[in-house]
Amino acid sequence: MVSLSTLWFILIGILFTGFLFLEGFDFGVGALVPFVAKNDAERQIAIGTIGPVWDGNEVWLLTAGGAMFAAFPYWYATMFSGFYLALFLVLVALIVRGVTFEFRNKDAYRIWRENWDTALSISSILPAILFPVAFANLIGGTPLAIQNGRLEYIGGFFDLLTPFTLSAGIAGCAFLLYHGAVYLALKSSGKVEARSIALGQKLGIATLGTALLLALMAWITLGINGVLSPLLFVLAMLLAVCSYLVFTKGKYKLALALNFLVIVFGMASLFTGLFPNVMISSLDPSLSLSIADAASSSYTLKTMTIITATLLPVVLLYQLWTFKVFKSRVTINDVKY
Amino acid sequence: MDLLTLARLQFAATTVYHFLFVPLTLGLSFLVAWMQYKYYKTHDQAWDTLTRYFGTLFLINFAVGVVTGIVQEFQFGMNWSNYSRFVGDIFGAPLAIEALAAFFLESTFLGLWIFGRDKLSPKLHLATIWIVAFASSLSSLWILIANSFMQSPTAFKIVETAFGPRAEMTDFWALITNPHVLRQFPHVLASGLATGAIFVLAISALNLLMSHKNDVFKKLIKPMSIVGAIALILSVGAGDAQGKYIAKHQPMKLATSEALWETTASAPFSIVSVIDEKRGMNGVSIEIPYALSILATNDPNATVQGINDLQKQYEAEYGPGDYTPPVALMFYSFRAMVYAGTLMLIVMILSIIFSKKLQQHRWYYVILVLMLPLPYLCNTAGWIFAEVGRTPWIVQGILKLQDGISTAASANATTVLISLIGFVVLYGILAIIDVSLMANFIKKGLKNIDQTIQEEKEVVTTW
Repeated sequence: MVSLSTLWFILIGILFTGFLFLEGFDFGVGALVPFVAKNDAERQIAIGTIGPVWDGNEVWLLTAGGAMFAAFPYWYATMFSGFYLALFLVLVALIVRGVTFEFRNKDAYRIWRENWDTALSISSILPAILFPVAFANLIGGTPLAIQNGRLEYIGGFFDLLTPFTLSAGIAGCAFLLYHGAVYLALKSSGKVEARSIALGQKLGIATLGTALLLALMAWITLGINGVLSPLLFVLAMLLAVCSYLVFTKGKYKLALALNFLVIVFGMASLFTGLFPNVMISSLDPSLSLSIADAASSSYTLKTMTIITATLLPVVLLYQLWTFKVFKSRVTINDVKY
Repeated sequence: MDLLTLARLQFAATTVYHFLFVPLTLGLSFLVAWMQYKYYKTHDQAWDTLTRYFGTLFLINFAVGVVTGIVQEFQFGMNWSNYSRFVGDIFGAPLAIEALAAFFLESTFLGLWIFGRDKLSPKLHLATIWIVAFASSLSSLWILIANSFMQSPTAFKIVETAFGPRAEMTDFWALITNPHVLRQFPHVLASGLATGAIFVLAISALNLLMSHKNDVFKKLIKPMSIVGAIALILSVGAGDAQGKYIAKHQPMKLATSEALWETTASAPFSIVSVIDEKRGMNGVSIEIPYALSILATNDPNATVQGINDLQKQYEAEYGPGDYTPPVALMFYSFRAMVYAGTLMLIVMILSIIFSKKLQQHRWYYVILVLMLPLPYLCNTAGWIFAEVGRTPWIVQGILKLQDGISTAASANATTVLISLIGFVVLYGILAIIDVSLMANFIKKGLKNIDQTIQEEKEVVTTW
């Protein structure tokens, strides 16, 4: 019988998986806009592929954050106060990204729009690097120690940047860019589509190369820790290879589905590697923050389980419906002014 | 500056800024939905124009509200980690539910509304904006449930854990039906609706002043005056109920907002006062006799507790310390809210009664334009009053501000200062862009909207 706190540990993993899959291609598309679109009409097509859905996709992050707060207050508090400046950078990027969508089309000046598109690209790449770095830090271990009776992160910003976590940032970013290219190949049209396909091929190779680097770094840093977590990681890598192969065959929908599985297996590898902890201490394994110590009371978890089990399926239903409404490719006819 | 001051400044800056955009989103979403409903029912082109016009302003406003809301979700963990550890078991739940139940609904259906005009049936497209409006209100309900726990904690027990004591939830239903939120939510929602109505009135009046070609905006003057008046009356009513609740459960908040130093029977309400916080007394005061006692309890002869007695009482109960929020700030923010609200209500009522006559005069429209800052003043003052009135508590009577602050080495005075400056600069730039986009849009007037409608028609006919 799985305990409630373990169930919520899995659920947090699911919420972050949903976030990385959905907002992942938003990050990828945003980052690639200046590279796949060369004039305003083309940029509108590229951005238009995520225009109606990006905001709803981002809520997966807010929900994951809120769920961490509700189910694992100690995790939420220790991680977010510990990774302070990194999270600040993520927030700044998400703010800038969020307003670009609404602001760019409100003025017809070319310079205005191009500046917003550059801002969109940079503010999309930044979280695509920082989120994988943050996840790698959870499993790679950070300086956690007891201070005044509380478990605290005692390092600074640069303690978060190790060869292992940086390789995760690079590999994660490469994959999310590739993910965005796959999505663009599926949803855009004309020259944008052609450039996305060409770029996707290169990004696919880059993903596989950087993933190998990540695997090497993980092996050096973590060693072979258990069986399940490394196995799931290898499976994620194999699925990425499959995704790349079907992408080169022009099967973009299948490639997108395989990317979903890459994220599922990647996150499963992360979370099984973490179990039974939520943050690992690099100073002393006994100072790791465990699921049990981080969790809320069983009453709160039970209440939240009932609420989530009721609401999440409904959310999935209407989000799926939204993707169905906007299922057609974005073409030159959709470009305004 | 020390960490606590910086963290408080950051929370105040980001929250007050966020709350400049939220009330308009709350109110305007319903008003735009109503305009679209009128178009759907009457097929009168004018309503389509108005829907799109205010819909565009709504979206410019919404964008900033949404992105600044992301910061709110995470800064409890960043700057107030010990608070998060202490109350997360209770406070986290409404935040998570807000995202799950309201944010998803709001943002998904807003995407459908913006981009789905030609993909959904008119009825379904109309439904999407109503869902957005409903979801915005739902989101404010959940965040106020969380806030109400800080003002008036209920249904909890203190439990010892491996890393110290924390508050745990004992009754979810009691948490969400906290008597505080049952008064606060209608107050905030009605204020949002009033903000929306006055915004629409001011912008409409501006258009009418700019050109006689903008006559379509005349349609809005009377209905919006009615909505504004009703919303303000509801807001005053709910606010009054909240005041009576505060008198019982947060007496210090009431005493400081009235600068009532000594416990007084048949307490008067002072219209203006010169407050000397150092010496704990007021200079010149203009007062309405019995009014404070009536406000607090409905009884003109009732005794209202004063600051000095409450301070002594708290010292006896919680140990030595300063339990008095900044009196002048409380006194004047409360008055700013009440006076601005009253002024708006008077204008709204006159607008309804003398509707026909007033609309013949240009100065009437000038007054309506000048009203625009009032709801913002009201909302900000109200929020400052509600939150500053908690000082020195982060959770009333249970946890003090200094015990809620982050203690991780990485969340120190320097990093908090960096993020504070970063957010203030970024938010400042956003404010400039946001206001200039709105001003540009208003300056161009209806031309843009008419052009879009025309283009859409041409597309349809060429098909």
